[in-house]
Amino acid sequence: MSLFKQLASKPWERKGVIGGLDPEGVFDTSPERVALSFFLAVASVIFSLFAVSYVIRMSLPDWTPLAEPSQLWANTGLLIISSILFQWARSIANAGKQKNLLTAFIGGGVFALLFIAGQVLTWNSLQAAGYFLTSNPANSFFYLLTGLHIVHLLGGLWVWSKSSIRLLSGGKPENLRLSIELCTIYWHFLLIIWLIMFAVLSNT
Amino acid sequence: MAYVPLADQDSEMEMHHPHSWVTKYVWSQDHKVIAIQYGSVAIAVGIVALVLSLLMRMQLGFPETFDLIDPNSYYQSVTMHGMIMVVYLLTALFLGGFGNYLIPLMCGARDMVFPFLNMLSFWFYLLSVLILMASFFVGGGPTGAGWTLYPPQTAMEGTPGHDMGILLMLASLAVFIIAFTMGGLNYVTTVLQYRCRGLTMMRLPLSVWGIFVATVLGLFAFPALLVSAVMMLFDTLLGTSFFMPAVIEAGTPLDHNGGSPILFQHLFWFFGHPEVYIVALPAFGLISDVLSTHARKNIFGYRMMVWAIIAIGGLSFIVWAHHMYVSGMHPYFGFFFATTTLIIAVPTALKVYNWVLTLWEGDIRLNAPMYFAIGFIFTFVHGGLTGLFLGNVVIDLPLSDTYFVVAHFHMVMGVSPVLVLFAALYHWFPKASGRMYHEGMAKVHFWCTFLGTYAIYLPMHYLGFLGVPRRYYAIGTTDFIPESAQDLNATITIAALFVGAVQILFFINIFWSLRYGKKADGNPWGSASLEWQTPDTPPAHGNWGDKLPTVYRWAYDYSVPGAHQDFIPQNVSESEEPTADEQHFDPDRDTSKADL
Repeated sequence: MSLFKQLASKPWERKGVIGGLDPEGVFDTSPERVALSFFLAVASVIFSLFAVSYVIRMSLPDWTPLAEPSQLWANTGLLIISSILFQWARSIANAGKQKNLLTAFIGGGVFALLFIAGQVLTWNSLQAAGYFLTSNPANSFFYLLTGLHIVHLLGGLWVWSKSSIRLLSGGKPENLRLSIELCTIYWHFLLIIWLIMFAVLSNT
Repeated sequence: MAYVPLADQDSEMEMHHPHSWVTKYVWSQDHKVIAIQYGSVAIAVGIVALVLSLLMRMQLGFPETFDLIDPNSYYQSVTMHGMIMVVYLLTALFLGGFGNYLIPLMCGARDMVFPFLNMLSFWFYLLSVLILMASFFVGGGPTGAGWTLYPPQTAMEGTPGHDMGILLMLASLAVFIIAFTMGGLNYVTTVLQYRCRGLTMMRLPLSVWGIFVATVLGLFAFPALLVSAVMMLFDTLLGTSFFMPAVIEAGTPLDHNGGSPILFQHLFWFFGHPEVYIVALPAFGLISDVLSTHARKNIFGYRMMVWAIIAIGGLSFIVWAHHMYVSGMHPYFGFFFATTTLIIAVPTALKVYNWVLTLWEGDIRLNAPMYFAIGFIFTFVHGGLTGLFLGNVVIDLPLSDTYFVVAHFHMVMGVSPVLVLFAALYHWFPKASGRMYHEGMAKVHFWCTFLGTYAIYLPMHYLGFLGVPRRYYAIGTTDFIPESAQDLNATITIAALFVGAVQILFFINIFWSLRYGKKADGNPWGSASLEWQTPDTPPAHGNWGDKLPTVYRWAYDYSVPGAHQDFIPQNVSESEEPTADEQHFDPDRDTSKADL
């Protein structure tokens, strides 16, 4: 039943058990996926508000655009590979297979770690070139936004490390299917956020 | 195959079964214990905020007599009182306290979806409170920038707590938001996914609807506070200029340059206005259930009440700038926000009408929760009507910095939610404790609080019309404020001290009743909603014994024509409705006398 139909129903008229085994309106998915969807919405709001603040602050006269270093393209490549590996792990787990699962899943996390290392190196090269956090609001936003993205990735890596340990210690793939799926969704989300962020930072 | 609902498929339910005193009462994963932990900490920190307000009132009422606080500590008290009351008391108690206690019980679930996350949520909340309280003990004391924390004032040397105080405040808020997010994800997922068999969304009590929509608002509004807190932390700690403009302090230019304080205001109020409804929507829900139960009538216009909750939730995101009329905005911008502000009054007024119509020709039981509930309708209408005045730009501009605004938001967002809290605490106390409270003491508590708060806030409107400015440590002598205004201020202070002192009755009542109160049966109010149908009172771990309930009807089957008793519980099917011989609830029982 659609959301609007549900909201239009007259509960005082309808008696008896409504719905099948679960009541109407329960999503046919795991609670973890529902919670993750809400979390992604919350994270999207956080990044959107930073983006709005960025645009408003950009319009003030002291703004000097930052020339984004070319390393960011390489870092972006690392994050894309990370996401592809997670997607590969998800397909293997969904098919109920085991071959290459470990490589794909662990590899996905490792490439994310490489991405973080790349971002930190970018920070260092910017600092060396004299682009400090406080020298201009464009710089401040660059460090803040990339840092915030890394914090989100670290949160994902914490969950990934727990699942990896279970996988390495002989956990069955079918028991880890949900974790792998949630990690993959989260990684794709963070890749999309990064791509948008990179586009905004590069073009302003 | 035997039916196993989603809410009962969780194999971890056994795993978090408490095995020791520590896991049962300290590191508890039981939603009921977590609710009481949340509630206790919220009330404790609320007492701190209450004492701060009394200190301020003593200064304002008798400026020459008492020497308890100086101008700096006055501003620190203003700031901490506001922030604690709004965030750490009201938000935490409505969502962390009542949300935790009622959602699984009203949804017919054994617990929250993620009990461990729920436990973490409480401990992060406690940590945030401790960080905030720590600011009283650091050099410079807590921040005195006002609860809105506007830059550049927050970071200026003339503002008390401009160094450690503001840092601790921002850190505490960040931790609180993490705690809220963990709890909030739990609440929404539990409501969506862990409802028992037959319990559709439109069969949920309005308490759950209010808490559910408020949680969604919180999940989307608190990020704005987080974003502004993070950028302000960068400004104060690392020297960036997100919000900080070029400022000359005591003849010396600060390192900041070009930041936008108005940007902070927009972010703050994008959180701040939904925050009003994060507090109000659970209050609306709880009061609807209290009114319906004690009026022995179904809630009037259930569907409209649900729609109104959703509409208010949505509209609350597009009214924020009505807090910023005096910041100097484009007239069309002001016009837009004045219009949306007036529009949001429509679903709000609709709810008030429906509460009154629920009482209309009801079989009203004037128990203490009902006293508080009816009292709430009065205070909310008064606070809401003055909100309509202030929602208009031309009226807001002259009144904005006066006591009229203080009176308005205290009536609508201070007194009203607190009356709901007392109504709800008294109403659900028998279920949570297994004991009845002392009815007489609760009614004395009501009358003193209700009349006392009117004695405080009605004259305050008049002070506002006189032009008495808010946020002043001492008014001193002016040409436009008559001396008699000070007499009014003194009267308000006496009323405030009285109301503050009288709250002790509530605590005496609770602690006395926990030990000596009459044993409550499982459903002393004859309530139809699911939380009153548990096999044990207070509900045992897992709530429902061996079998989860099945729901056959909505939560408001009161005084159903042809039924043998004046309520039919949600988990009673039509074929199971008790006959006259079986009925065990006496609708004519006068509980107010029985409990004295």
